[in-house]
Amino acid sequence: MDAQQKEMLLRLMELQFAATELNLYLDTHPDDMRALQEFRMRSQELMSAKMEYERIYGPLLNFGLGMTSRNSWQWIQDPWPWEVNWRRS
Amino acid sequence: MWVYQKMLQYPARVRTTNPRLAKAVITQYGGPDGELAASLRYLTQRYTMPIPEAKAALTDIGTEELAHMEIVATLVYNLIKDASIAEIKRAGLDGYYADHDKALYFVNAEGMPWIASYIQSKGDPITDIHENMAAEQKARSTYEYLIQLSDDPDVTDTLRFLWQREIVHFQRFGEILNLLHDYYGRERVFHMKGWDPKNLPTVDK
Repeated sequence: MDAQQKEMLLRLMELQFAATELNLYLDTHPDDMRALQEFRMRSQELMSAKMEYERIYGPLLNFGLGMTSRNSWQWIQDPWPWEVNWRRS
Repeated sequence: MWVYQKMLQYPARVRTTNPRLAKAVITQYGGPDGELAASLRYLTQRYTMPIPEAKAALTDIGTEELAHMEIVATLVYNLIKDASIAEIKRAGLDGYYADHDKALYFVNAEGMPWIASYIQSKGDPITDIHENMAAEQKARSTYEYLIQLSDDPDVTDTLRFLWQREIVHFQRFGEILNLLHDYYGRERVFHMKGWDPKNLPTVDK
């Protein structure tokens, strides 16, 4: 996995973490309009970052929820999440 | 149903081969206070939750714990994958190696396999949420001990992330407990003073 792909993936992880945290908060504060607004914003950012990533590197999600852009089954491409070397160089 | 995302929740970094550290960290994979236990506990308790907030929180936290299980597995896998037999022996992982080579298996730090009696699903939502709050505290303590044991700053970084998640989940479960008390209209009394067995609060399940 090259530096550019790692950078895009890290950005996705950050956005998804923000969305996850807001999701859990909203589970117990469903009427908090500020959090809901923030969740909508993060979720939209996450969706567009995910689409951009998938256009280049193939699907992030299985079962038809990811985008396959090339003429090959990119889902099976290495590396899998546990194989990515996140070590700072 | 569940969908897999081909990414980790957090970039789990490992600096060097370190089977000794793997032997300790694996307890958060298959130990009593580990991520498998957490995930299965919440996901199996959610069916009998009476309020929408509880059903949602158990589903979402149970799902996040699966992502944590994958992070812990990634740490263990990368800590042992390049270890020599001599290093495996020095780390006291020879017993594990005999049974599993360098494959991932659900055991605690001493090699005991995961068992369902680590978790409980009691049917009483108040009881279950108390169990979960205790579980989050036990996991928090375990991560603190692992951080003390860690001699790899990159592994410590990921352990700190997981440690923080226990604190957030504890907070959310505390809020669920309050919502359940509101739902049942029961007084929040945590001591026995003035307790009258003839005047038990009725619980409408």
